[in-house]
Amino acid sequence: MAGAAVTRGRGGRLGWTPYLLLAPSLVFLAVFFATPMFQAFGLAFQAPGGGYGLDAVQRMFGDVRFGRALTTTLVLVVAIIPIQFALAMGMALVVNARLKGTDLWLYIFALPLGISELAAGIVWFSIFTEQGWLNSFLEQAGLIERPYVFLSYQHPALLILAIVLAEAWRATAIIMIILIAGLQGIPRDYTEAADVFGADAWRRLRYVTLPLLKPTIRVALILRTILAFQAFATVLALAGSATNVLAGEAYRWYQTLREPRVAAAYASLILLLSVASTVLFLALIRTDEERLA
Amino acid sequence: MSVVDQARAPGTGPSLNGQRTSAAAARRRRRVRRLTYVAAVLLSAWVLVPIYLITVTAFTPRRVSYQFPKPLVPTELSGETVSFFSHSAGVLPALGRSVLVAAITLGLSTLLGAPAGYALARHRFRGKEAYRLLILSTRAFPVVILSIPLAVNFITWGIYDTTISVALMHTALALPFTVLITSSVFVSVPRDLEEAAQTLGCTPMSAFVRVVLPLALPGLAAASIFTFVLSWNEVFAAVILTLRQRTLPALVLSTLSTSPLPFRFAGAFFLLAPSLVFIFVIRRYLLGLWGRVSR
Repeated sequence: MAGAAVTRGRGGRLGWTPYLLLAPSLVFLAVFFATPMFQAFGLAFQAPGGGYGLDAVQRMFGDVRFGRALTTTLVLVVAIIPIQFALAMGMALVVNARLKGTDLWLYIFALPLGISELAAGIVWFSIFTEQGWLNSFLEQAGLIERPYVFLSYQHPALLILAIVLAEAWRATAIIMIILIAGLQGIPRDYTEAADVFGADAWRRLRYVTLPLLKPTIRVALILRTILAFQAFATVLALAGSATNVLAGEAYRWYQTLREPRVAAAYASLILLLSVASTVLFLALIRTDEERLA
Repeated sequence: MSVVDQARAPGTGPSLNGQRTSAAAARRRRRVRRLTYVAAVLLSAWVLVPIYLITVTAFTPRRVSYQFPKPLVPTELSGETVSFFSHSAGVLPALGRSVLVAAITLGLSTLLGAPAGYALARHRFRGKEAYRLLILSTRAFPVVILSIPLAVNFITWGIYDTTISVALMHTALALPFTVLITSSVFVSVPRDLEEAAQTLGCTPMSAFVRVVLPLALPGLAAASIFTFVLSWNEVFAAVILTLRQRTLPALVLSTLSTSPLPFRFAGAFFLLAPSLVFIFVIRRYLLGLWGRVSR
């Protein structure tokens, strides 16, 4: 009996068992992932009296805050990604260099993995706020005489910078972990061979490591971009109402203005932008296997 | 000694010229190594300094939050700010709910996801790649945004503003990770051991419970902690799906515009501290957990 089970397991003729094991997760994702995704669009195109219409979508596009929310979100996506990749790549190369205490470096770099968007926002708020750490430091260093107001709607560039720093601080760890995993998949022989042929550290990185890391970089880029489109709590904690992003508008329309349909229009827009960016990355960064195929 | 090491070792080069370049290469390597240490220290400071600052803020008296300029090294330590936060209205119940939501999320996603992870690791069947692709593709979607249409459903079902509704949303967020992580944990348990147990008279079920599970347990525990942190930190869905039954992050977020500074700072510390401990506990598994999942 037991022997029979083993053979069947090996041959893959076990019939229904794997499907039974998958079924619960599939049912759950159908109810709590696939259905609400379609509902988001359904809700966005629902007319006030029932039936379908463009009312909610028009109110979203027509809202005075819409333009700034969209541009801020896009600027954040564009600004965060290169900074974060440079930082994450630096961390990954440090960990991969196997210095003394590699485990300790890795743990320190990975710490923000457990830090929430909200906590990160407040931490950087304590740095940038008027009576905050940065002003205290500048004052004690004799660089300023009275505290400078960094976080104000009058300095949109500074606001964005603060948000970018907070986001880079929090979410670099996840990119780093993905990059390290990718680096460890590259055989050491390749870089050592390049070394023997006289390539310096920069050339080894540019012509050997980075090209081999392409598939990993693509995964990390997609993941990070989707996170950036959802940016919400960091922005709220740092900027309050001085600036706004798409997810923040979805929250405002849902909770403050009690308009789930307009909130759903924002949710649909975020969904579309995320999917579009994923498709874009898949098309732009081709891995070698795909090019051969 | 490998070929590469021989080529590098000074004095074994074929010519004087070869010796000179290998000595230069060694010098260059030492310099790169020194620079790497400098980078390591700087990058650590970038991560640690903000954590230090918020910790100091949380453990100095409340009035220091308003003081300017703040002393960069704390002059007096006190639990006043933290106890002010924890005694504020609604904080302790919210803390309890956060733990409850995370626990339900953990239970549900393991219950639903681990069997699928096991099937992916051990069975060959038609549609396996399609299923794996489906799970991977969920990451192309901002899952928490789905809390808006879900909120409408939850109102219809009569479970809006409850801990279970937040936990269901968090499970949808965590489930794909649970499936992929548990699958990679089960792959790492040698199949031979399971088959040997079955040959020696175990049923597939008892072979799983007595042989596979004990070996997979550390990895599964690490994955669970990660799921717990995911739920503990999540705020968008939590604040959309609740009104009075706030989780801790939802409470802190929804009161941001009205709460005093010490409340926010202590709140950030409260949210951050457990996560740091959890990450410390699972530090050995971080690369395995995320790395294998992300390929």
